Amino acid sequence: MKGKLVASVEEAIRLCGLKDGMTVSFHHHLRDGDGVLPMVMNKISEMGFHDITVSASGIHGSHGCLVDLIKNGVVTGIDTDYISKVVGLSISHGSMDRPVIFRTHGNRPHAIAVGESPIDIAFIAASAADCQGNMNGVSGPSAFGSMGYAFADAAYAKKVVVITDNLVEYPLTPISIDERYADYVVAVDSIGDVNGIRSGITAVTQNPMSLEIAKKAVSVFENSGLFEEGFIYQTGGGSISLATTKFLQAAMDRKGIRGSAILGGTNGLLVDLLEKGYFRKIMDIQCLDLDAVESIKRNQEHQEISAACYADMLSKSCVAKHLTCVMLGATEIDLDFNVNVHTDSNGIIRGGSGGHTDIAHGAKLTIAMAPLLRQRRSAVLEHVTTKSTLGDSIDVFVTQRGIAVNPKRPDLRSRLVDAGLPVKEIGELYETARALAGKPDPLPFTDKVVGKVYGYDGQLSDVIRQVDESKAAV
Amino acid sequence: MRRSIMFLPAAKPGNLLNADVYGADGIVIDLEDATAIGEKDSARILLKHALRTFHYNAEVIIRINSLSTPWWKADLEMIVPEKPDTIMPTKVYTPNDIRLIDETITRIETEHGMEVGKIRLLPLLETAGGIEHAYEIALASPRIDGLYLGAVDLALDMKATLTDESYEIAYARSRLVTAARTVGIDAIDTPYLQVRNYEGLQKVTRIVKNMGFNGKACIYPGQVSYVNAIFSPTAEEYEIAKAVVSAFNQAESEGRGVVVVGGKMYDGPAITIVRNTVEEYERINGVRT
Repeated sequence: MKGKLVASVEEAIRLCGLKDGMTVSFHHHLRDGDGVLPMVMNKISEMGFHDITVSASGIHGSHGCLVDLIKNGVVTGIDTDYISKVVGLSISHGSMDRPVIFRTHGNRPHAIAVGESPIDIAFIAASAADCQGNMNGVSGPSAFGSMGYAFADAAYAKKVVVITDNLVEYPLTPISIDERYADYVVAVDSIGDVNGIRSGITAVTQNPMSLEIAKKAVSVFENSGLFEEGFIYQTGGGSISLATTKFLQAAMDRKGIRGSAILGGTNGLLVDLLEKGYFRKIMDIQCLDLDAVESIKRNQEHQEISAACYADMLSKSCVAKHLTCVMLGATEIDLDFNVNVHTDSNGIIRGGSGGHTDIAHGAKLTIAMAPLLRQRRSAVLEHVTTKSTLGDSIDVFVTQRGIAVNPKRPDLRSRLVDAGLPVKEIGELYETARALAGKPDPLPFTDKVVGKVYGYDGQLSDVIRQVDESKAAV
Repeated sequence: MRRSIMFLPAAKPGNLLNADVYGADGIVIDLEDATAIGEKDSARILLKHALRTFHYNAEVIIRINSLSTPWWKADLEMIVPEKPDTIMPTKVYTPNDIRLIDETITRIETEHGMEVGKIRLLPLLETAGGIEHAYEIALASPRIDGLYLGAVDLALDMKATLTDESYEIAYARSRLVTAARTVGIDAIDTPYLQVRNYEGLQKVTRIVKNMGFNGKACIYPGQVSYVNAIFSPTAEEYEIAKAVVSAFNQAESEGRGVVVVGGKMYDGPAITIVRNTVEEYERINGVRT
């Protein structure tokens, strides 16, 4: 049984030869329940290392330890696709000297592969592994499903440590990532709380406003000329995006068509569409609830894919390039259709592109959706706080008070007008919201850059600046 | 057009903001039962500002407190100057109730230099007395352009129990719709209370449509599209109706008053019905002829 098995995380760190200034990586499949990043980073801190860069496909609520590790100089760099609010608040307040690098889910594996974002040691949580480092995310008590984000880390990191709480006899099956990539295997008591993978949305929302917007968005797809047999579909993980599934089913029944595949992060709502025969396949980068985990484990039509296969737009091909339609949320959108999903209304980092930018670019039809007003803040601004996804990737913006079509799509606009949908100029939506809520004061930022936002193509889209706490509302 | 009228409380700013986005032909902003006693004043003020700020794409109907309360006059004093389309008086027992409300609105309109008589009335009949006086009430003011049945208070007044089958309000429905049709005004049915039972909603809505009602109240946004669909002619019905009208026009020009289309005979009232179908469909769907 020995194989590549070592006694502890500490021993693995020593054997990998960690030094100050190196980069360590993690995946975020366990999301708010991840125990591996805190376990490893706290050990690195205990062992006295400093100046470490954390490369993580996402930083979630379970990664709050990074706030203190940043403060005491253990962590001095972050390279990621998404940062939730606890760590985001710290960074927005200027806790790091080096700006955080924000990539997209599709561009991260590309940057790792071509050496733009090199990894010294990858620590990969696996819900099952054997002593040679064959691993998966579908077996064991902590099964979290697809391991899609970890493939690039395993393939390109100088050293790879597999961390599991379910060490099995060699050989493990099924295998997601195989033993060729693994240097060491560590068995621990727990890799985290699998209940933390839930995105929080397990049923179609009952919120009438969200349903109204979702219904309009599906009408846009239905009348776009692209709603045909064999389409490929993805929704974001927000409540409005997921609510589109309800209306999509009805539209598919009306037209008597079925889709080829659902792409993306999946949950029970999407699994239900597969099982009812609305789609033939799910191509899955991450599981967002335990229904999805169960499905990917038992249903061979539910396929695990790597982040690069999902959405590396610089590769020869990826599934996102074949998307017919994608439904996405938007924190803010501007008059040029640029969308912000990185910062909130106070300019604080509490999100990131994830796959937003990749799939918006890849899909033939990209529909962004938001309530026109959230409390007293308009979703439509003259300029978004952060350009996460550039406007040339967004075709349509849907609100409860009308549908704006990007001027670069006059063909689509004509179709929607002919279908009797409430098409408006985005400027009209802006004016409607401004008349109701007024024009917000500019957010107070300092000159310090705390984040750099890179697009699907690896090009800089925008920077995020430090919030000026002396003038900020929070 | 009042296929659907959707209720929302006056005291909730978020609801007021988006009241007209769900497709209801009318929105009923409620100062009565959905507004707590302690919030009557603040709701009235909030509603006043909402009516000044928002430009609703629907008929704006304000449900005021009943004459038996100390609030109805203050409701009218605050709201009438904001020129809502319609006032919904509540717990109307007799024509005199309507006359008093009409006179009060007329006075306020005059005091504010408004066009007198422009604000319409859609009385809520929700008492046994109100149902028995439905016809007289419908004639009590030229402002009245519809009658609306409220089943919950009616059941309370009659010591009846509301059931899924609705037999207990069958007489009230018949009485109200007959009175409304006699006078040539709208008949609007009581809301369906099981807010997410859309199957039940559709069943009841079809029944009341067949009885002659032309609309139904909604108490949840999700109900609106189902109600609208049932009170709207389908594309298929429209095409058939158009064919009948066309055939009838041809027959009429040849001196005949009867036409057979698709094996079915049409004359007199049947022709009026299909003409109404054509007109309704074109109005709802914005068909230009």
